[in-house]
Amino acid sequence: MTTVSTIEISGLHKSFGPLEVLRGIDLAVEPGEVVCVIGPSGSGKSTLLRCVNLLEEPTSGTIRVAGVEVTDPDCDIDAVRRGIGMVFQQFNLFGHLTVRENVTIAQRRVLRRGRAEADRIAAANLERVGLAEKSGSYPAQLSGGQQQRVAIARALAMDPQLMLFDEPTSALDPELVGEVLAVMRGLAAEGMTMLVVTHEMAFAREVASRVVFMDAGVIVEQGPPAEVFGRPREERTREFLHRVLEPSRVSETEIGARRDD
Amino acid sequence: MKLSPRRRRRIFRVAGYVVFAALIVSVVAAADWGRLSDAFFRTDVARGMFPGAITVALRNTILYTLLAFVFGLTLGLVLALMRLSSILPYRWFATAYIELFRGLPALLVLFMVGYGVPLAFPDREIPGGVYGSVTLGLGLTAAAYMAETIRAGIQAVPKGQLEAARTLGMSHPRAMVSIVLPQAFRIVIPPLTNEIILLTKDTSLVYVLGVTSTTIELTKFAGDELNTRVNPTPLVVAGLLYLVITLPLSQVVRGLERRAARER
Repeated sequence: MTTVSTIEISGLHKSFGPLEVLRGIDLAVEPGEVVCVIGPSGSGKSTLLRCVNLLEEPTSGTIRVAGVEVTDPDCDIDAVRRGIGMVFQQFNLFGHLTVRENVTIAQRRVLRRGRAEADRIAAANLERVGLAEKSGSYPAQLSGGQQQRVAIARALAMDPQLMLFDEPTSALDPELVGEVLAVMRGLAAEGMTMLVVTHEMAFAREVASRVVFMDAGVIVEQGPPAEVFGRPREERTREFLHRVLEPSRVSETEIGARRDD
Repeated sequence: MKLSPRRRRRIFRVAGYVVFAALIVSVVAAADWGRLSDAFFRTDVARGMFPGAITVALRNTILYTLLAFVFGLTLGLVLALMRLSSILPYRWFATAYIELFRGLPALLVLFMVGYGVPLAFPDREIPGGVYGSVTLGLGLTAAAYMAETIRAGIQAVPKGQLEAARTLGMSHPRAMVSIVLPQAFRIVIPPLTNEIILLTKDTSLVYVLGVTSTTIELTKFAGDELNTRVNPTPLVVAGLLYLVITLPLSQVVRGLERRAARER
């Protein structure tokens, strides 16, 4: 028997009114894989990620997570979501709860774990992201990097089989990006299955088992990071990488600017 | 000589103090203090109002306020959730209710509850007597205002909070109860307190229901005293007792706001 893919997406379309954001996506993520999705803003990366746990309702197509078809109307989506951790660009920590409560509330209310067990698991996961001593603080008292690490601990406390990261470092001050990426690198090394939408090309190159380049709602190309970054096959990929990796080299003619001599 | 901007500002500032002090002094000097204190600050009249002013009148004012507030808050929360519901008839009903009761005078609603309904259904009684009538009469109107306040509070909670909760596997109702509503209530505490203060003052309308010596509230109590003593001191006493309710309320709000600021 072959192993079941952690994520299996086929023929995924998503429109917001007249705007077609995803135009036929086929993608599989195998257990233990770290897949980084890159591409220009507005290319549909985040929408793709948000379709996986049905934060966005696909217009058509099917999505299976660990063999369960989430696009089936009879699917118990709350049950599926328990197994999918998600980390947001804006952290979305619960502002009225302490760090410990942020990490225990879903364990208590959703998984029905006892207080002692939930506290123990919370402590272990806060330790894992290096924030054991902050458990009594409120989110507003933490830096952005610390908040994002708590958000990761909150997701991990549910024992997910898959982690979704939606531009986890895009809202952070540059000097705080490293601490979040370090936690993610640790997760990848432990064998967590991860789907990561990111603008951190160095992270994608180093940690990803596969890089997916998206543009205008379709997957333009995908492959091992060495291939996508080193020998991109498509012109659109080359152009994007050029702009992202060497922003100071983008010429005036490329953006249609004119120099008045 | 030309004044420097700094000197000019200084002179205007000093002039401001002087004008204000002169106004105060002239009012104080012109006032007939003997007559004022005879009319408004007669200690014997004031003393005669106690303990009834507190044990009956103040107590009833607070009780009416709390009853109407709790009823209004509960109904207001239900209406707010109905307004945000995905079920269209719920939204219609809540919108119609809010528009209706915001547009009617509290006094008219009190008359309706106190006299209109009993006339229509003479064989039925509103439970709780005058307390029940006050709860409904003031609470029905308060609920309309509070529903709008609570709705705004719920909508002020960032959408990401609900998404994060749903992502962790919480059902929609569970996420509302555990995550969204607690934060919404923190946001609406100041406007809701304003609502309590308004309700406190609206309890002065209750006398139209025909209160007795045990169900009397502050304003009616002071009015009766004014009639029997032929002296306006009771109005001042009643005014001070209203402040005894409203001033601590704003203190409580300040404390809660400070706590909320720490947690946000």
